[in-house]
Amino acid sequence: MTGGLGVPSRRNALAGTGALALVLLVVAPLMLSDFRLALLGKFICFAIVAVGIGIAWGRGGMLTLGQGVFFGIGGYAMAMHLKLADAELNGGSGVPDFMLLYGDGTVPGWWEPFRSPLFTLLAVVALPALLATALGLAIFKRRIKGAYFAILSQAMVAAFVVLLVGQQQTTGGTNGLNGFRSFFGYSLSDPANRLTLYYLAAGILVAAVALSAALQRSRFGELLVATRDAEERVRFLGYDPALVKTVAFALAAALAGVAGALFVPIVGIISPADIGVVPSIVFIVGVAVGGRAGLFGPVLGAIGVAWAETSLSEAFPSFWSYFQGALLIAVIALLPGGAASLVDRLRERATSPRRGASSPPAAGAAGTPAPAAAASTPADRPAEEVHP
Amino acid sequence: MSPQTVDVLGAPQDVATGLAAPVSLVVSGLRVQFGGFVAVSDASFDAHPGEVRFLIGPNGAGKTTCIDAITGLVRGTGSAKLGDDELLGRPVHRTARLGVGRTFQTASVFEEMSVLQNLDIAAGMNRRSAALLRPRRTVEPRIEAAAEQIGLAGSLEQRAGTLSHGQKQWLEIGMLLVQDARVLLLDEPVAGMSHDERTATGTLLQRIAEHRAVVVVEHDMDFMRRFATRVTVLHQGSVISEGSVAHVQADPRVQEVYLGSAATHGADPAEHEGATS
Repeated sequence: MTGGLGVPSRRNALAGTGALALVLLVVAPLMLSDFRLALLGKFICFAIVAVGIGIAWGRGGMLTLGQGVFFGIGGYAMAMHLKLADAELNGGSGVPDFMLLYGDGTVPGWWEPFRSPLFTLLAVVALPALLATALGLAIFKRRIKGAYFAILSQAMVAAFVVLLVGQQQTTGGTNGLNGFRSFFGYSLSDPANRLTLYYLAAGILVAAVALSAALQRSRFGELLVATRDAEERVRFLGYDPALVKTVAFALAAALAGVAGALFVPIVGIISPADIGVVPSIVFIVGVAVGGRAGLFGPVLGAIGVAWAETSLSEAFPSFWSYFQGALLIAVIALLPGGAASLVDRLRERATSPRRGASSPPAAGAAGTPAPAAAASTPADRPAEEVHP
Repeated sequence: MSPQTVDVLGAPQDVATGLAAPVSLVVSGLRVQFGGFVAVSDASFDAHPGEVRFLIGPNGAGKTTCIDAITGLVRGTGSAKLGDDELLGRPVHRTARLGVGRTFQTASVFEEMSVLQNLDIAAGMNRRSAALLRPRRTVEPRIEAAAEQIGLAGSLEQRAGTLSHGQKQWLEIGMLLVQDARVLLLDEPVAGMSHDERTATGTLLQRIAEHRAVVVVEHDMDFMRRFATRVTVLHQGSVISEGSVAHVQADPRVQEVYLGSAATHGADPAEHEGATS
């Protein structure tokens, strides 16, 4: 029995999270080659972003096409720290290599705090969350939502990329930041350390899923869905929907920031190509395919789509983008709830085998009249009395 | 905001009833303008605990706009006071926190959620943030009491979307009860209801009104005659009559608005549907 709203029961959530942990932390390292495991590590980063999108979009109704910004902030924060740390290795100058190449050979002031590992780790979580809070308050207080919010978030990521590309001397421009040698003192060329990184990412993903499960079951989780479905009603009950949405948006941003920070040592590069408009949309595709409102849909969708991309683009290099576009359209048109809803539909069919044999009972079986057809929802209700 | 309402844990409690202290709603000189069009020109009325105040008038009279202005959905000038608190000029959710609850012409409930979840959210505006982070473990007594009152105590686990039309309206009223609303503004609560449902709703409103001010915007004259304590008649944005049902019905101006205008100006009779019955 589910707890309603597509929230799995406590037992199912625990079982599912346990199974995910088992597969990622035990089975995958045993079965996969180092190369494949590193790929899975990358997909796990995308899955962490997807958990956040599941919260913001699936539960909160905010279609955020700009998660690349938060992923990028987390990624660049980590990359800056790694570049600075590398530059200090073996009595180095303390100036990252690319700055010697493109810049004037000095480290800009805003890079300096990232020498501190503690500051970097805090920044990875706090910077995206703070930016999302500021943006969320500005956007949601003005009651901007739906497609307008989606476009705004996409414009934000486009602007962020322009900013990064324009600052070649301090951000590496289109090349981004790459060539990392160590991660908090551990060599990145050592396979054992790379395995540890994988475990770290997988562990964080499992923790993120557990966090999302707790959130879905909490009163806040219910309030978030209520805000998604009937924002005006929530407002008239004395809540400020802008605050509710901002909290969810900031949480999604923090998860994206953490994912970006893990992506950097696992993949070895962060560049505008990893965080721009297209990657931001790809984040959404995975979540939509897996099922945005569920607990595991976003994770499985993100990993599945990324896995398919790698496999298919190995076989048909130029074919993938078309397939991806077709996949998104097919899911939205035919299966809006994603793969997760397919499971529910099958289960429903299994429990009511006679369905379809007889006509379903009328919804208003109690002899109640159908709701007034012409009546509109409070959100977009035009003041009927305006018309003289 | 008066000091007695800033208690973060909840509005001041009436110890005897467990309800917020009853107060009156006093609207005076309310004016609402959309661009060049004046929807409400000068509306004054009040509603006191213990009475069911009906707000009637032909379509376009400004009834719903009055409610919209009081709740902060549209901007209005003049004054609308709940006890000592001025309501106009506040954002919607702050007005709600002062104890103003409203329903909509179409019941606005959270369709995907159970009756219990709907009521629990309505009860939550004064919960501390920490309480929001935990799941609901028990059914709070006031939620149980409200469910009992609206006749949905046996349907707490039912999904709100599967309730009948009338039950949704009751659920919405129940949400205002657990919200601890001190004044309830109900926009056509019995539209689309069967006769029995109307009777049940009217009885419910009279019971609710014992400790709260209740304002009902309604087209249904029969319902008004049966359950109104006092009636305010609006026409073209201002009050043309006020008093008991008998007084208002005897008022020639009211008769002209409801009967005469259709006859003398040849207005579309459909516009007065229900009103002329």
